[in-house]
Amino acid sequence: MSDRPVIELSDVWKTFDKGGRPVEALQGVSVGIARNEFAAILGPSGCGKSTLLNMVAGFDAPTRGAVRFDGELVRTPSPRRAVVFQEPALFPWYTVLDNITFGLRTRGIAPSAYRDRVQTIIEQVGLQGFESHYPAELSGGMKQRVGIARVLVMEPDVLLMDEPFGSLDAQTRSVMQELLLSVWERHQQTVLFVTHDIEEALLLADSVSVMTARPGRIKKRLAIELPRPRALEVTTSPFFNELKREVLALIREESVKAAVERAR
Amino acid sequence: MATSTGPRASRRRFPWPVLLPLAFLTLWTLAVHRHWVVEGIIPSPVQVVQSWYWWIFGLPTRSMSPYSGTWVAAVLYSSRRVLQGFLLASLVGIPLGLFVGWNRLVARLVDPSIQLLRPVPITAWLPFAIAVFGIYDASALFLIGLGAFYPIVVNTTHGVRDTNLLLLRAARMMGAGESTILTKVVFRSALPSIFTGLRLGIGIAWTAVIVAEMIAVKSGLGYVLWDAYYVGRMDICVATMLSVGLLGFVSDRALQLLANFVLRWRTLEAHA
Repeated sequence: MSDRPVIELSDVWKTFDKGGRPVEALQGVSVGIARNEFAAILGPSGCGKSTLLNMVAGFDAPTRGAVRFDGELVRTPSPRRAVVFQEPALFPWYTVLDNITFGLRTRGIAPSAYRDRVQTIIEQVGLQGFESHYPAELSGGMKQRVGIARVLVMEPDVLLMDEPFGSLDAQTRSVMQELLLSVWERHQQTVLFVTHDIEEALLLADSVSVMTARPGRIKKRLAIELPRPRALEVTTSPFFNELKREVLALIREESVKAAVERAR
Repeated sequence: MATSTGPRASRRRFPWPVLLPLAFLTLWTLAVHRHWVVEGIIPSPVQVVQSWYWWIFGLPTRSMSPYSGTWVAAVLYSSRRVLQGFLLASLVGIPLGLFVGWNRLVARLVDPSIQLLRPVPITAWLPFAIAVFGIYDASALFLIGLGAFYPIVVNTTHGVRDTNLLLLRAARMMGAGESTILTKVVFRSALPSIFTGLRLGIGIAWTAVIVAEMIAVKSGLGYVLWDAYYVGRMDICVATMLSVGLLGFVSDRALQLLANFVLRWRTLEAHA
């Protein structure tokens, strides 16, 4: 792993204005993600993990502190920092193929320059035969494949994933996790993956940063030393379960805290 | 779907939609023939159809009737005005609506004026239009264009403001600039709403053309309507009313077909 992190958050604070009342979403978060690292951020809902990702994406600015990408302050969104959203957020008026090539076309790249790459990625994510379908004709899982394919074809430096499988049913979710593993092993892109699913984080990531309930802070960062390539079977190994137990204890503390906070 | 028989199916097969018009026509015919209404004021349905036919195809013999065979010309006059006014309203209303919906500064500059003028009925503009443009086509175009403009601009603005934030973020992270976002995302997303505005607009355009032709110009269906009333030709009046209704229906259907084609992705969504 290289010396300097690609993504670097140093002492990031974020305060939202909620009906005239300030709400602290993030409290002094510092985290670095190395090149080619698959980093997961794990936390209870409402802990500010999506806020964190939005700031790396350039959709939102920190109230205090700095978000750096490749050593430079993040100011605006960029195709170098591609995002996969929880809702697929596809353009419903474009076909699957036009959705996938949107980023390339927008930047005026000639079709001949990307045709082969697009075809390869369509096959990798299992969308062959669906190129001329509209998003409305696809299932949730297929839509999310398009959401992943359209950012892979842009060859971004980092992939930001905001609970990308959160709205899928359990079966589809594990299919998509395996798909992401196989795709990641091929492309080895830097990934920032936000989730509240412990197993998902442990299965996919090299490191898992556990966040506290709101206001969000990084509670603990764990290195996941499971051998790669990984498959779903790894989730039944004793080592995996040991990790899971550790994270579960951390998370449970926070979930209880969050529940008490909400009840108040 | 299974083919069902029995009382429910036969009830569905009964021609319900024609029942009311049929009853109405019967009542109308009876009222005229039994002299329930003052004679000579209301023509019978048969009379209306006959006059309409002559109005379209002309009388078999040379006659002094000023209407004989003039229907097509009147329809063309009115249709041309509606089309021109509607296109003018669309060409101004859609781009303006896009900018008002998209840019807060443009909205603050333009929106209050639109909202202030909108409640003024199109008919109230008539004297003003004639004073400024005279008894010419320009008066009619002004009224039709203005009438169609409001629903188009308002619905376009509404459609733009309804654009999903997530789609905007998706476009931005894929490197789209403002102009790409406006044309490829915001405009496309606002299209269903724009079509709603267009359909409302063409309806108002037909209202406006009749009013304008009754007073501001000397041709078209509106002119025939008022003229026929003055000379006591209620049969022509009713035929004109039906003609305008028919044209309004046809133009609305045409827009609807265009919308269905342009918004194919949306009909798929409805079936999914």
